[in-house]
Amino acid sequence: MFAKLGRYKYKQWFWGYLFVLPVMAGFFLFMVYPMISGIMLSLYKWPGIGPKEWIGFGNYLRMFHDVHFLRAVGNTVYYTIGILILGVPLALFWAILLNQKFLKGRNFFRLIYFLPTVTMMAAVSMVWRWLLSPNYGLVNYFLGLVGLPKVNWLLDPKWAMPGLILMSIWKGTGFNMVIFLAGLQGIPKTYYEAAEIDGATAWHKFRYITLPLLSPTTFFVVITTMINSFQIFQQAYILTEGGPREATTTIVFYIYKNAFEWFKMGYSCAQSVFLLLVLVIATLIQWRIQRRWVHYA
Amino acid sequence: MATEAVRGSLRGAGLSRGYRVRRLLWQLFLYFSLTVGAALMLLPFAWMLSTSLKTLPEAMRIPPIWIPKVPHWENYVLAWNAAPFGRYFFNSFLIAITTTVGEVITCIFAAYAFAKMNFFGKNLLFNLLLGTLMIPGEMLLVPNYVTIKRLGWYNTYWALIIPWVVSVFGIFLLRQFFRTIPDELWDAARIDGCSRFRFIWQIVVPLARPGIATVALYKFVGSWNAFLWPLIMTDKVELRTVPVGLRYFMSDMGTEYPLLMAAATLAIVPVLILFLFTQRQYIQGVARTGLK
Repeated sequence: MFAKLGRYKYKQWFWGYLFVLPVMAGFFLFMVYPMISGIMLSLYKWPGIGPKEWIGFGNYLRMFHDVHFLRAVGNTVYYTIGILILGVPLALFWAILLNQKFLKGRNFFRLIYFLPTVTMMAAVSMVWRWLLSPNYGLVNYFLGLVGLPKVNWLLDPKWAMPGLILMSIWKGTGFNMVIFLAGLQGIPKTYYEAAEIDGATAWHKFRYITLPLLSPTTFFVVITTMINSFQIFQQAYILTEGGPREATTTIVFYIYKNAFEWFKMGYSCAQSVFLLLVLVIATLIQWRIQRRWVHYA
Repeated sequence: MATEAVRGSLRGAGLSRGYRVRRLLWQLFLYFSLTVGAALMLLPFAWMLSTSLKTLPEAMRIPPIWIPKVPHWENYVLAWNAAPFGRYFFNSFLIAITTTVGEVITCIFAAYAFAKMNFFGKNLLFNLLLGTLMIPGEMLLVPNYVTIKRLGWYNTYWALIIPWVVSVFGIFLLRQFFRTIPDELWDAARIDGCSRFRFIWQIVVPLARPGIATVALYKFVGSWNAFLWPLIMTDKVELRTVPVGLRYFMSDMGTEYPLLMAAATLAIVPVLILFLFTQRQYIQGVARTGLK
C-alpha cells in the first residue's frame, strides 16, 4: 500500500518535472543565465569578438563620468516624470468620467481610448513624425488655429522630448485608464450613497472615498508606468534617433548604441545593470512609502 | 408607461430645479469631454488614413484637406511594391502564429504542473519565475545576443521564435485558472484510467478556454508589434518582420508621407481586426491584471 503510494508520488514528480521542463529550460537559457552573464560581462572590456579584458569596476566608474550617459539618465527621468505627471492623472480623469452612472456608450468610449495601445509602435511613431512635422504637421496646424506659435517639435532640442511624451501619452493612457476603471468599479456603491445622504459634495466624495479606496490601483499603475517609462526605446529610436543633440537619447537607446553600433559590449552591460538597480531601488522606495498613502480596504 | 409617469412626478416633487439643471450641465460636460477625448484619440488614425490616399502635394497643403478629391488607392500598391512587404508580412505572421501556439502549449503544461501537481522544489521554481517578471528585457539584450550567436541562430527564424515560446505572464495567468479546477476531477479520471495528457487535453483545456484565449491574444499582438529583438537578432532583409521592415522603409522613403502612411495602415490592420473582434476579452484581461 505505502510502496504503491510512494510510487505514485515519484511518478507525479516525474511528470511534474517533465511538464515544466520546456519552460524552465527556456527560462534559464534566456533569463537567468543572461542575467548572470550580463553582470559578469559588465566587468570586462569587450568589443563583441576576440578576448575579453578584465577591468573590474572600470565600466561603472566610467559611466558616472560619461556626460552622454548622464544626459541619457536625465532624459529618461524627464520622460518618466512627464508620463507620471501628465499621463497618469489623465488616465484617472477619463476613468472617472467613464465610471459615471448615467453614461451611455461606456464600452464604445473605452474601446476608442484603448485602441492606440494595441497598435504597432513602429507604425504609430511614423504617423506621429508626420503629425509633428513643423511645416505640414497637423499638431502645429491646430496650434496655429488657437493662435499659438509653431513649434519645431522633433527638430528642436527643447521640444523633442515633449513631443515624445505627447505621443506616448496618446499611446499608453488607455491602458492605465482600463486599470483605473476596473479599480473604480470595485469601490462599493454604498459608500457613495451614504455620503450623499450626509450631504457630501462631489469633491468630498472624490477626496475622501474615491482616492483612498482607489489607492492600491493607483499604486499599481504608478509602479508599472514607472518601470515601463524607464525602458523607453522605440519612440526615441524611430521618431528622433536620439536627437536632436541627444535630447531624446534615453538609457536603453544609449545601451543599444553602445552594444550594437559601437560594440562596447561590457560598457553596455554595465549600463543595463545600472538600469536594473535603479528600477529595483525605485520600486523598493515606492513600497516603503506606500503605507503612507495606500489604503488596503 | 405608468412607472414613467410615477418616476416623472417623483422627479418633479423630490428634486429641485437647481439640481436637475446641475445634473444636465454635468452630463453635457461628461459627454462633451469624452467625445473630445475620443476625437483626439482617433485623430492620428484618421490623419494616417487620409494622408495615405493623397498625392504628396495634397498631403502638404495647409490648411489640410481631410478628404482628397480623388482617393489614391494606388498608394497602397505602390507602398507594397516599394519594399518586400509580402516577405515582411509572411515573416510576422509565421513568427506570431508559431510563438503563440508554442507558448500556449508550454504554458498549459507548466501552469498545470504548478497549479495541480506536487513535486520537489515546485514553489521555489515558481517564485523564481515570478521574481523575474520585472526584469527589463533590455538588460538581457547583450548576453542573449551572444547566446543566439553561439547557438548559431543569428539570422534564423529560431532566434525569433524559440526564446519567445516561454512566458512567465502566461504561466501565471493560466495557473490562476487551473487552480479553480477541483482535484476530484483528476482523481475520478485517474481511477477510470485516464492519462495526464488526455486529462489536460479533454478536461483542463476546455475549462480554462477564456484564460488560454487571453494568453494567446496577448502573445499574438505582442509578437506582431515586437521591434527591438528582431532588429538585433537579424540583419537580413528576408528575415525582417513588419515593424523592422517599416523602420527601414521609413529611412528609404524620406518624406513620401502618403506611401509611408499607406504602409503604416497596412501594418496596423491585422492586429486592429483581431482586436475589434476580441476587444471585450482583451480589455477585461488588462483590467484583471490591476486587480490582483
